[in-house]
Amino acid sequence: MLAYAIRRVGLSLLILVVVMTAMYGMVFLVPGDPASLALGPRATPELKEVLRERMGLDQPILAQIGIFFGNVLQGDLGTDVWSKRPVLDQILEVFPRTLLLGVVALGWALALGVLLGCAAVVWRDTVVDRMLGVLSVSVISVPSFVIAIYALILFAVWLNWLPAIGAGEAGDFASQARALILPAFALGLGWVGYLARLIRASMLEVMEAPHIRTARAFGMREGDIVFRHALRVAIVPTLSVLAVGFGGILSSAVFVESVFSRPGIGTLITAAVEKRNYPVVMGTVLFMTAFYLMIVTTADLLIARLDPRVRDVLRS
Amino acid sequence: MSFALDPPSRGRRGMGRALLGDPMGLAGLVIVAAFVAMALLAPCIAPYDPVALDVKAKFVAPSAAHWAGTDHLGRDLLSRIIWGARLALGIAITSVGIAGAIGLVLGLVAGYGPRWLDSLLVLVFDSLSSLPMIFFALAVITVLGPGTATLILVIVLVSFPAYARLIRTQTLTLAGADFILAERAMGAGAGRIIFRHLLPNVVGPLVILICMDIPVIIMLEAGLSYLNLGVKPPSPSWGNILAEGYTSLRQAPHVVIVAGIPLVLATLGFTFLGEGLRDVLDPRGAGRRWT
Repeated sequence: MLAYAIRRVGLSLLILVVVMTAMYGMVFLVPGDPASLALGPRATPELKEVLRERMGLDQPILAQIGIFFGNVLQGDLGTDVWSKRPVLDQILEVFPRTLLLGVVALGWALALGVLLGCAAVVWRDTVVDRMLGVLSVSVISVPSFVIAIYALILFAVWLNWLPAIGAGEAGDFASQARALILPAFALGLGWVGYLARLIRASMLEVMEAPHIRTARAFGMREGDIVFRHALRVAIVPTLSVLAVGFGGILSSAVFVESVFSRPGIGTLITAAVEKRNYPVVMGTVLFMTAFYLMIVTTADLLIARLDPRVRDVLRS
Repeated sequence: MSFALDPPSRGRRGMGRALLGDPMGLAGLVIVAAFVAMALLAPCIAPYDPVALDVKAKFVAPSAAHWAGTDHLGRDLLSRIIWGARLALGIAITSVGIAGAIGLVLGLVAGYGPRWLDSLLVLVFDSLSSLPMIFFALAVITVLGPGTATLILVIVLVSFPAYARLIRTQTLTLAGADFILAERAMGAGAGRIIFRHLLPNVVGPLVILICMDIPVIIMLEAGLSYLNLGVKPPSPSWGNILAEGYTSLRQAPHVVIVAGIPLVLATLGFTFLGEGLRDVLDPRGAGRRWT
């Protein structure tokens, strides 16, 4: 297990280094350097020179990459070209909001998805199953930002039940919770369908297992079998999907945050891309990639711990 | 996801019939066909010029003259949506075409080439696919600047690793098959084995994967255009129409409402079609499908 854990973490770190080197190298492949890009076409050469020096662009490329990694290891992701504030501070300021949004969205999607998936298994091959099937595929494919816009029109503009924009008043829990409802709804809806489908498929396989047959032979009710015995086994494959899914949710959060003008990682990075604020974009991408890799790696290790078969496959 | 290596024994006509017999697949086929027709016939069927301004007729609600109403510059929304279909499908097909070709070549190389090359390529695929997609896309857009070419490049970069991996797995499985061994024993070169024997056998699953990817790509294009980081205005991308409509949400909600409909329908259509295709082409999954 330890050898597997070391290899798995090592691979993630290797990927992170490869990705960051590639991203950093990308800047030098295209015409124009980040300083000119950030300042725009009307900047004077002197101004560009100053910024270039401040961003360390006058150094040789390899030295720059070395300095960059050295800084990252010390927790310095660079400095905002415009506000001159450390990038990491800006990220940490908004990240909890995005994290909260993602967790709430995935949470309600998981709860409802498991319920619907189980319902489909209990009533398999009936009208209920078919309807849930079509419904799942439908919600999976509809883009979350379109759901966000429609939800915003219906519940915030027409019905005026919930706030349309922002993340609520600072320190006021009720207003923050109200501001969270629509974004979390839009972000999670697609995942309800996806998780329901996944649970159903993995559950149907489990239902063929000997211990389920035994439970049937003892005359247990179908609902009890599904919820008490089958779900426990069927949920394991869902774990790894949840980890990858969380990365997907954080990605879609970029659009949803933008629709609801909700401060977060998404609004931070899109504003930075528009201004071509290179350090903020790079820092945010690095942060999110590292976070995502961490989640996926943790999930893999957790699954290896829960399911020894996975460990054996990976060892060979 | 598992794919059958051998195509099902029913002929092409049988496959078509199976797809038509599946209500969801049929619905998908009809919707996709409608969008393809819209894209191809855009110049003939669009009632107005999609970028022609008519400021006097701004924010007209859906009516007999403008079936879907007009936007803040008086442009006819129905015409913009029809031309938007051409843009969305054009970008999606171009990018999956390029990504599919790259994935096919790299996957075959990784699966059939030397071991060290395989390890290197797998590291590249893993690195690219372990990035949170949107954040990676935004980084590329920052470097290259927004625009249609950047958008296509971004889509190719985020989608080809999955294709290459699929092809690699398929190739690895097939490379040890008896008929390949027999071919090698008879002295066939790598070129003949790859193009005559491996390629035809690995391409089927790739087509299904690509078809299921198209709604994701349409979504990505519209999403990035919505953020003003994709197709540049005044081009009638569905994402652009949504973004422009969003600014007048309270004054004229019909703009975003009608602009969302084609996005919902197109993604639904392609997903249904992809599901249907998978059921038809992969009989092993058919028992477990969900319709």
